[in-house]
Amino acid sequence: MNEFIAFIGEHIDKIYVLILSIFVGVEVIGKVPSVLHTPLMSGANAIHGVVVVGSIIVMLNTESDQILLLSLGFVAVILGTLNVVGGFVVTDRMLEMFKKKDKK
Amino acid sequence: MTTKNILDIIYLFASVTFVIGLKMLSGPQTARRGNLWAAFGMTLAVAGTIFLHDGEVASIIYILIGLALAIGSIIGFVAAKKVKMTSMPEMVSLFNGMGGACAALISLLEFHHNVGDPGRIAIIMAGLVIGSVSFSGSIIAFMKLNGTLNKSIRLPNYNFINLIMMIVTVGLAVYVTMSGTESSVLLYGTFALALLYGILFVVPIGGADMPVVISLLNSFTGLAAAFGGFLYDNQVMLTGGILVGSAGTILTLEMCRAMNRPLFNVIFGAFGESAATGASASMHGTIKDISISDAAVLLNYSKKVIIVPGYGLAVAQAQHIIHELELILEERGVQVKYAIHPVAGRMPGHMNVLLAESNVYYGKLSEMDEINPEFASTDVVLVVGANDVVNPAAKTDPASPIYGMPILDVEAAKHIIINKRSMNAGYAGIENQLFYDPKTSMLFGDAKAALTKLVAEIKSL
Repeated sequence: MNEFIAFIGEHIDKIYVLILSIFVGVEVIGKVPSVLHTPLMSGANAIHGVVVVGSIIVMLNTESDQILLLSLGFVAVILGTLNVVGGFVVTDRMLEMFKKKDKK
Repeated sequence: MTTKNILDIIYLFASVTFVIGLKMLSGPQTARRGNLWAAFGMTLAVAGTIFLHDGEVASIIYILIGLALAIGSIIGFVAAKKVKMTSMPEMVSLFNGMGGACAALISLLEFHHNVGDPGRIAIIMAGLVIGSVSFSGSIIAFMKLNGTLNKSIRLPNYNFINLIMMIVTVGLAVYVTMSGTESSVLLYGTFALALLYGILFVVPIGGADMPVVISLLNSFTGLAAAFGGFLYDNQVMLTGGILVGSAGTILTLEMCRAMNRPLFNVIFGAFGESAATGASASMHGTIKDISISDAAVLLNYSKKVIIVPGYGLAVAQAQHIIHELELILEERGVQVKYAIHPVAGRMPGHMNVLLAESNVYYGKLSEMDEINPEFASTDVVLVVGANDVVNPAAKTDPASPIYGMPILDVEAAKHIIINKRSMNAGYAGIENQLFYDPKTSMLFGDAKAALTKLVAEIKSL
């Protein structure tokens, strides 16, 4: 237990960021028209693709002779990139309809 | 000034673009730019992570990272560009699953470096469990939406089994954390259990509730990413992940609220299940199909047509084609009106927003109380993707879950054409006697596809 409390103490700045980010996330959504539910979900989906950064860091910290770890990392980077690129492109396509409306 | 300082500034900037991007995504005028901002921030964060890394890295690793990024980008881009508009939610689900898998893999890779540090192991295990549940759950959601898995499979006492599974999975993860074990068997055992739990969690939930489930799993992946951020002391992963985690949770609740269905019911299927089996037994009469050409003739030679739009119209993005149908019928001297039920779609005003988008004249939209007396003098009612709001059980069947809800009296009209994708029940998960009415004909198919053919057919008359 003491180890966990010490852990929290050590990372108190991150915990602040974490808690404040929760409130920002709640506030930023506010009231969304329901036509935007799906694009918003999709956009958020793309943003959590930021996990790809973690998989890149894993690979950067791996020695070049650790084949198994490297291949798993390689797969992780592919999956994370799929999440990011696919997510943003799909969201953009969904939102195209709003752009057409602007032109009229 | 070090490269680390620059990288931190890049991460800070990227975090801000995520917040702004999400904010802009919640308004129709700014949504597209918001998405681009977030994508821009993400690109910077990824590039910064690679090029501003401190320490020696073998060039082969850079090559591998570059290769993986290229493969992921190409597949992701092509898949996202090629997918049909109607298949968007399942695509989102698939991409969400990829993110979850990525987070789970990171945890698997980091585990052995961190044995002996219970704080970090706790984070790693949390990321592993949540990422894995999100991955397998999303894949099931994807399969349900694209029709590979079209039945709700319910094990007996599935809620109980799922609860036990969850306790066992979390218990094992806690044990691994507390005991400080190095055992790969326990690590991969937790991984396997979490995957299984994700499957069991989503499998019993009906297809109509999938958007809510995807939104929930989406916030799970956000959490998993945030755990990764904690692990690497990486601010952009932390803020990005948590933002999605909390915004995603609010969005999930908002979606539930909009369709008048508590999240608890979506997940545990409290109502809908028993009601559906109870009511389907009492359905009598036969279902009658109508061909596109018959429907076209019927509409073309009517005096008065009322269109009842529902969520199916929104799903199929058929608001433009329905406007076209309205125009061509008016041209042929048919009087056309829209009947808007207050809870048509997923929230009040949903249909108004949608139809306004395709420039339907506002005066053509009639509220329920105002239009209900008019159905009796109407030749054809065209119901597009609506179900519960025209279900007569709300008036006649006290046992029905929707009993007492005011509905549109479409059964008073001379003919009723119902466009639906399939015979599946509507949101409340109950059967509709209206479909079996002798005056009713069913026009099966996606709203946009069916209406497009219908418009073409009427034009040729």
